[in-house]
Amino acid sequence: MRIKIRYILTVIAILLFQIRFSQAALEINVNDGNLKPLPIAIPSVIDKQVLEKDLGFDISRLIASDLAGSGLFYPINPKAFLENLSSISQKPNFNSWRVINAETLLSAELSYRDNDIVRIDYRLWDVVAEKALVEQTLTTSRNKWRSLAHVIADTVYTRLTGEKGYFDTKVAFIAESGPKTNRIKRLAIMDQDGFNPRLLTTGNDLVLTPRFSPNSEDLVYLSYRNGQPQVYIYNLESKQTYVVGSFPGMTFAPRFSPDGKKIIMSLQEGVGSNIFEMNLSNFERRRLTNTPDINTAPSYSPDAKNIVFESDKSGTQQLYVMDANGNNVRRISYGTGSYSTPVWSPRGDYIAFTKISKGRFMIGVMFADGSGERIITDGFHNEGPTWSPNGRVLMFFRESPGESGGAMIYSVDITGYNEKLIDTPGFASDPSWSNLLN
Amino acid sequence: MIYKKVLNLSVTFLLIFILTGCASRQKIEQVLFGGGNDNEADIVSNAIPGSSQDFTVNVGDRVFFVTNSTSLDDDAKVILERQASWLELYPEIDIIIEGHADERGTREYNLALSAKRAEAAVSYLESLGIVSDRIETISYGKERPVAACSSEACWSQNRRAVSVVIADN
Repeated sequence: MRIKIRYILTVIAILLFQIRFSQAALEINVNDGNLKPLPIAIPSVIDKQVLEKDLGFDISRLIASDLAGSGLFYPINPKAFLENLSSISQKPNFNSWRVINAETLLSAELSYRDNDIVRIDYRLWDVVAEKALVEQTLTTSRNKWRSLAHVIADTVYTRLTGEKGYFDTKVAFIAESGPKTNRIKRLAIMDQDGFNPRLLTTGNDLVLTPRFSPNSEDLVYLSYRNGQPQVYIYNLESKQTYVVGSFPGMTFAPRFSPDGKKIIMSLQEGVGSNIFEMNLSNFERRRLTNTPDINTAPSYSPDAKNIVFESDKSGTQQLYVMDANGNNVRRISYGTGSYSTPVWSPRGDYIAFTKISKGRFMIGVMFADGSGERIITDGFHNEGPTWSPNGRVLMFFRESPGESGGAMIYSVDITGYNEKLIDTPGFASDPSWSNLLN
Repeated sequence: MIYKKVLNLSVTFLLIFILTGCASRQKIEQVLFGGGNDNEADIVSNAIPGSSQDFTVNVGDRVFFVTNSTSLDDDAKVILERQASWLELYPEIDIIIEGHADERGTREYNLALSAKRAEAAVSYLESLGIVSDRIETISYGKERPVAACSSEACWSQNRRAVSVVIADN
């Protein structure tokens, strides 16, 4: 019964009692090339009951870690704080925060209900203008405190940058184990920061390239479960899988359409591979390319009007954009080397890709018309970028060479700064970033 | 169908394992202790004609490709010609051709590339008179390397199409 209540609460997750945004004087311009992180004071969340030791402290540290991790905020060392807030209703002494160079202050207080429920009231203050920018109350089950902290960090991020956040998100990936010549690969998901990893398949069947559905409820991926590699959908709640249509050959490289109603993927036909769209409501399929080349790795533009994909029709792998009906194919990559695994940014502006040149594997971005190519990271083997839902951060995997080498997942700002290793239980590849969850 | 074939394949391997167990142990001992004469020729002749070991050892089960290529060179054609002769000798036997790529490509492209390699082998076998319904294919991309180092010495072994014997049923 308790489990059921907890489950329902989890599903209901977070209730917003009150939210109020006031007009912005304080704002970070995230498109400014030479960015100075915004100083923010995040004291430990006030907890008068202390049913769980350090919970208030842990929540405040996670919010600070999220914001610092974005590269856009500079959380001030709490040792420098001069004022000790004892209640959320207490108005801060703004002067004592200004003297330690805080421009913003996040004050919060938590309380418990029925042991299992935690309620948090928080205020984001503009220390200079001496006014509250956000006042909000959230409740959730206690074991979901990390999600709660991520939601608060997202709200702060949104209020101060004007852009959607990305902290309360998940990443689907392939968890790898075993020797390089007989790698065991399992479908897995984790929080965006690497916490709460969960394995979804046993490892008996080789699985590759999971991609989140737009509502974050399903994964579409490649599995060898029936011998021939085919595209399947896995439902995260029911844990059920089903094959995406019956095709005569290998289907691979799947992705959801932005409305989640279609799958776009490749079908291998003889020597060539072509791109098909599969309607999930009636299982009608539509051919979008028809050449004897390798046409694969399709990705929709966020408005679903265009599709970017890779093809070797010129002799090497290059990026092409076509209309969503397959017409009007135009090449967009013209640099030296070959280009693959294109992914359209959720903002619509950039396309991220893997580039292979002179034996090195790079992650880069270019504008959707092919201009403005920029390499984000370069090395022995970087592959498979995925976008944060706000289009500001990329994850990808980096493979180290040699017999003991393997893949690890990294995140990096699209400016190329702030690269971070995502801590996973073992080797990990093929990341796919979800949309915001709550 | 495929399950049945895999099962049959396992049985075949098991049989080979039992039958060749002694010979293999002998060989290992020689390698470990450096003694004895080279008995490899005997071991080869011990392979049951028409068995998967016979095919692998006496015919050659795999052909190799250069980077990003799916075309068969002369060495590859010789191996496939021997495979075709062997398959003509044992018309009850089917094969599955596994296409593979090295680690120096992106995942999706390598799946398609290795499928193309398997198809290249199929086409050549067909041109030599082997009927297509005796040959299945599967593509592994870069997922199943046989050699794990990160240099051409290993990559050249991994860019391959491997014919695996499955008993007809």
